[in-house]
Amino acid sequence: MQADDPSESLDLAAEFRRAPFGHHSPNLQKLLRTFRSVPIAGKHALLAIQANRSWMLVTLTGIPGQPIKRHEDVVFNDLGDAEWYVFRQRWRQHFGTELPGGDRP
Amino acid sequence: MRTLSGYANVLSAKPGDTIEFKVSSIGDAADFSARLVRLITTEDHPQTAGLIEREVDAPFAGQYPARRQRIYTGSYGYIEHKTAFSNLLDFTFHAWLWPTLLGSKRQTIAGTWDDGIGAGFALQIDEACRLAFLSGDGKGNVSAVTLNTPLRERQWVFVAASYDAKTRAVILHQSSLCNAGDLSSPETRLFDETSGPQISPQDSFYIASHRQTSEAAGVRAGGHYNGKIDSPKLYAGAASVHEIASLSGDTGVSRLAPHLVADWDFSIDQGSDVFRDVSGHALDGKLVNMPTRAMKGFNWTGRVHDWRSAPGEYGAIHFHDDDLYDAGWSTDFTFTVPEGIASGVYAARLDARGAMPAYVIFFVRPPKGQATSEVVYLASTATYTAYANQRLIARDPLDEMSMGALPIFGEDDIFLDENPEYGKSVYDLHTDGSGVCYSSRLRPVLNISPNAKYWSFGGDGYVTGWLDAMGISADVITDEDLHKEGESILEPYRVVLTGCHPEYVSMAMWDALRTHLSRGGRLIYLGGNGFYWRTAFHPTLPGLIEVRRSEDGSRTWSAEPGEYFMSTTGEYGGLWRRQDRTPNELLGVGFCAQGFQSGSYYQWNPDSANPRVDFICKDISKDGPFGNYGLAGNGAAGQELDRYDRDLGSPQHALVIASSINHSDYMVLAKEEFGAMHWMIGGSENKNVRSDLVFFETSSGGAVFSVGSISWCMSLPSNGYDNDVSRLTRNVLERFRDPAPFPLSSPS
Repeated sequence: MQADDPSESLDLAAEFRRAPFGHHSPNLQKLLRTFRSVPIAGKHALLAIQANRSWMLVTLTGIPGQPIKRHEDVVFNDLGDAEWYVFRQRWRQHFGTELPGGDRP
Repeated sequence: MRTLSGYANVLSAKPGDTIEFKVSSIGDAADFSARLVRLITTEDHPQTAGLIEREVDAPFAGQYPARRQRIYTGSYGYIEHKTAFSNLLDFTFHAWLWPTLLGSKRQTIAGTWDDGIGAGFALQIDEACRLAFLSGDGKGNVSAVTLNTPLRERQWVFVAASYDAKTRAVILHQSSLCNAGDLSSPETRLFDETSGPQISPQDSFYIASHRQTSEAAGVRAGGHYNGKIDSPKLYAGAASVHEIASLSGDTGVSRLAPHLVADWDFSIDQGSDVFRDVSGHALDGKLVNMPTRAMKGFNWTGRVHDWRSAPGEYGAIHFHDDDLYDAGWSTDFTFTVPEGIASGVYAARLDARGAMPAYVIFFVRPPKGQATSEVVYLASTATYTAYANQRLIARDPLDEMSMGALPIFGEDDIFLDENPEYGKSVYDLHTDGSGVCYSSRLRPVLNISPNAKYWSFGGDGYVTGWLDAMGISADVITDEDLHKEGESILEPYRVVLTGCHPEYVSMAMWDALRTHLSRGGRLIYLGGNGFYWRTAFHPTLPGLIEVRRSEDGSRTWSAEPGEYFMSTTGEYGGLWRRQDRTPNELLGVGFCAQGFQSGSYYQWNPDSANPRVDFICKDISKDGPFGNYGLAGNGAAGQELDRYDRDLGSPQHALVIASSINHSDYMVLAKEEFGAMHWMIGGSENKNVRSDLVFFETSSGGAVFSVGSISWCMSLPSNGYDNDVSRLTRNVLERFRDPAPFPLSSPS
């Protein structure tokens, strides 16, 4: 896998979309390690709005006591959808391009 | 939004006991309501019947005026005496320091300083990391002088200050304890303060803080120091410029010896909340908010690691500005547990306008010796206390790697992040980066509450919910009860049932369970990563536990070398596995893997065909795997797993009925499971990443059944409790309740 060539990672994105949880191929694991180890400031996480029913996207600050940023308009009813949303953000951040077809549910 | 919070003076009560409830409101509601509820389950989940709480009549039900009760963190010591400090004219104070958080704020090492009135004196470290001396006359005249050389974090330094009342001369001195290669040089300065304030006499002396304000409710401390202090001494005489450096030596300054006021030796009464003066003047002091004791001092040689063997090398106390033992709130209402109330998990539910409900949890046990069932559920209150107010808002970018998924927080996690005064768990770091090794329940604990995380109180609601759904009556006792009363509290019971994650266990608890088994008792371990950390309950301070993260194990901080022995009991801290008491010996299984992204399922082993376990498999198909469902990652084997291992003490005759398979690489081998480094630690490859279902009989007709997975309990409610995990658990419990002894088989 060439990390800087998004075209070679499209299959990995499709794999993640199919199964955000559970087994992942070695190359997808590697890509996710890259995505998930970005600096804590500005990193995405979820805030439970209704326990086990709905979650809001939040952004961390990394500074104790400094309030996290709530994205009130980005709410998920499925954790897989939340993972996919953040995956696309990180794809853009990492590769500098939109994930082709990434706007499809 | 979290605006209501509260706690009780106890976590466990029996009929006749009176519970004191303490509540604080930071919202705009003028009052709050309180009512008694029994909690059957502890989580709201769309795949279950949800959070089940049953209201119970109680005299305290009603409205109460809302008020804010504050929490003041920060540990310190103080001594009050009518004359010892107020009579001081000339004086010298010295101590060894190991500062751990410099440059953020002014910190007081020691002195009589009263910040509210600007009176007294204080030896301090200023915002620029320099040793400083502050003095005031209480009439608005304040003076501060400093040395030039900044102190260094985590380097021992001897500091001294002397004051001549007649000339008002101040001498400050510092000299680092140098290792080869250190370039620090001592510094001594004389400050002519002839025109400075005359120090106003005070009747109290503070260590690691100063008196901030005096209010009707009591004294508030401020200026908290972060770091260790060792061997503080106070003389009623002023050392000269030529003498002051000599005070760090063994012999001191003979001219000052007759003027010794106090010689505080922190190596005495380790673990307690008092510190002793060995000068002969009985100026013993009191510690507030439990600073860390049994800390190695400036003179630690490394020859001995047990503070009891070399007490003189453990004369340091580590103070932190975020230490908290007892929030000290006033009581809002009380409840005397009535006779006849069912043993169970209860809460004072608090509600107010615009507020999330708050649940002040307590466990009602039956009167001692009056069991109402042959089954007792052991609530993991030591573990709940260990996790109390764990800070989950991620500060480490690798937190998400640990979860294998986006971290999920609740409103209470955000509240704790924004309200640090609620104190920390033994998973957290102090402000100065050192590990938190004490945790207390005498404060609002927001994660002993419904909808807390699976691996603590929240997950155990699936045990009590299952018992209720099955119509099985069980009494409830807590870890603290078991620790205090030992095996006698188990004597009326045939079966002990654990929660999903009884991770923190004291020696007394362990011994009690072992005795229970030795007299034919039965144990059902319904969890994962249980009996893992050796835990101390403070022998005199209620509700306080201690953990030292020594040597090994999955941990968020590591104890400093030489500080592996617990201050409160002298026990060697760390993993039970490292202390020749493996969980495998007691339970048949021990911790082996961790991963929170997804769960997996079980495959039957040949042992499942052994007639000895026919009772377990009754009415369960063995045609395929089972447990591929559940609320935690969709599998009964998940979060933290335990496996059978004869080399670690699992009984040879034990049967491994089933084992989990097909874990993903997000489930990884525990670090103590491998020696030399290798990278084959993921669940897809490493065969030791698994949960084993284990059964064995004991020599006295008892038996043990262990599931070795935190997520097992989260699979119990699947399909309305109609599933093989539930059936299997019930089969075990039904047979374990039967008094017929289990015959002991020969080892295979």
